[in-house]
Amino acid sequence: MNKHYRTVPSTIFDVLNYTLLGLFALVTILPFIYVVSGSFATEAEHTQKAFFLIPETFTLAGYQYIFSSNTLFKSIGVSIYVTVVGTLTNLLFTVTMAYPLARRDLMGRNTVLNLVVFSMLFSGGLIPGYILVRSLGMLDTYWALILPGAISAFNLIVVKNFFQELPAGLEESARIDGCTEIGVLWRIVLPLSKPVLATFGLFYAVGHWNNFFNALLYINDATKWPLQVLLRQMVMLSQISLGDSSNLDPTFVQPPEQTVKMAVIVVGTVPILLVYPFLQKHFAKGVLIGSIKG
Amino acid sequence: MEHTTMRTGTRKERLSWSAIARRLKKDKWMYILLLPGLLYFLIFKYVPMWGALIAFKNYQPFTGFWGSEWVGFEHFRNFFQNPDFFKLLRNTLLLSLYNLLFFFPAPIVLALLLNEIRISFYKRTIQTLIYVPHFISMVIVASITYVLLTTQGGVVNQFIESRGGTPIDFLADPDWFRPLIILQTIWKECGWGTIIFLAALAGVDVEQYEAAIVDGANRWRQMWHITLPSIRSTIIILLILRMGDVLENGFEQIYLMTNALNREVADVFDTYVYFMGITQGSFSYSTAVGLFKSLVGVVLVFGSNWLAKKFGQSGIY
Repeated sequence: MNKHYRTVPSTIFDVLNYTLLGLFALVTILPFIYVVSGSFATEAEHTQKAFFLIPETFTLAGYQYIFSSNTLFKSIGVSIYVTVVGTLTNLLFTVTMAYPLARRDLMGRNTVLNLVVFSMLFSGGLIPGYILVRSLGMLDTYWALILPGAISAFNLIVVKNFFQELPAGLEESARIDGCTEIGVLWRIVLPLSKPVLATFGLFYAVGHWNNFFNALLYINDATKWPLQVLLRQMVMLSQISLGDSSNLDPTFVQPPEQTVKMAVIVVGTVPILLVYPFLQKHFAKGVLIGSIKG
Repeated sequence: MEHTTMRTGTRKERLSWSAIARRLKKDKWMYILLLPGLLYFLIFKYVPMWGALIAFKNYQPFTGFWGSEWVGFEHFRNFFQNPDFFKLLRNTLLLSLYNLLFFFPAPIVLALLLNEIRISFYKRTIQTLIYVPHFISMVIVASITYVLLTTQGGVVNQFIESRGGTPIDFLADPDWFRPLIILQTIWKECGWGTIIFLAALAGVDVEQYEAAIVDGANRWRQMWHITLPSIRSTIIILLILRMGDVLENGFEQIYLMTNALNREVADVFDTYVYFMGITQGSFSYSTAVGLFKSLVGVVLVFGSNWLAKKFGQSGIY
């Protein structure tokens, strides 16, 4: 598309378009920048100034306050645990199921695939799922945050399609050399699938880190809350005009002010921003592998 | 997707039991690998589907699934006769409608504009920035919304006041609920939504543009006659999928933005199921509501798919 006539309307459009998109990108990240700088500002600055991007007096008071008790540390620990164990579980379940399904000659393959696809279209709903988790005795355990979402049907199908497209000759020659089926998966298929595994590992991991709904549903014990639930309690429920601070953790009885709230938001966002470069490297690939077949 | 045709076992020869046993034995390891995943789907997807039958029972935790008495369509009748039903339907449909009108076209427009950028460094930088919010949790998005918009020192109201205006309680005012939800969605997902369109646009043959230029087409004409048609099938597929979600507004976002003052406009089917089922313990009733929602979703997906095919588009099945 590099051959446009350099006409006047075309140039005007370009100038407008470049500016507009630049502004849109700026508006997208501005809230992050503001929250980060606000988390280092004094409370006085928040109440006196209408807007600022660089705090006049730099303070760590917000961070000192939120890390002064171990409540936040603990829930960060819970989130890390659930993210790591959850992601490994996801990958294990997804890969072991996708591999046999990638074999076109496997008896019963279509039945299982139809079962998977139907589960994407229709679900029993929230309450039967909740009753199931409860009757399995998983309420208030981290398994409730890991097992009910162990496989994403969509990811499974994408990984299956990827396995299917690997050159069959490689697996065949490994088998002739006396490799077992598990050996073929472990030594040939998985090393070839590293980029795909990285992509879906990251997707699953971000999903675990960000998950609020499952914890809201299954974790009542405040000492087992992952970060997202605690974040909501601290930032949103302390809204005085909205009342309801009855179920706040006792250590946060004092309503956190803007600086403190922003510091908490930063703590919840930074891990995602740290893996973002890796995500960005892989995600387009992940989305596109999925859509080729779709 | 190749296997979405709902047929099973179209194998030509009927398999005898001994043939089945032979194949099971031959692919023993394959079936062992398949087992955990299959069990996962049966336990966590199909048992709840079976469990959804409690919508037709009077489920009590003490008597359990089998011991509870059948009541037929009583819960559905109660739900449709409940004055809340129309409130929920209105709130749900309005949010979906606004979403379709204001959010759905946004990534398409954004992708078309991005496609016109020829300085690849500038394009990449913008893409890097606008994809970020997709990976941020809904709790963070709602939290940022709160700290920016609160009347207690939030920057937006500070700004309004410094200009001599009166502060607006965005978070509690029912009139602001729907615009806030849509704005949040645009901020979070608009950039990410461009990926699929940009991929389709990258596949367009450059010769088409060259031919159009030779024919004297200006950039507007090129966009209208070449670029837009090339993503039409993608738009239609996404629209069909979107139809299945008409009764679902995304629980987390609505739940997080709901408070005592905006319940009148904020209550939707998704959150209603949660409040009635989990908070108040009316398991059977809320399961009936959830089932209604799921069934409508399935009907809408198939219906819009049928309609798309009727109008000569490819559809998803």
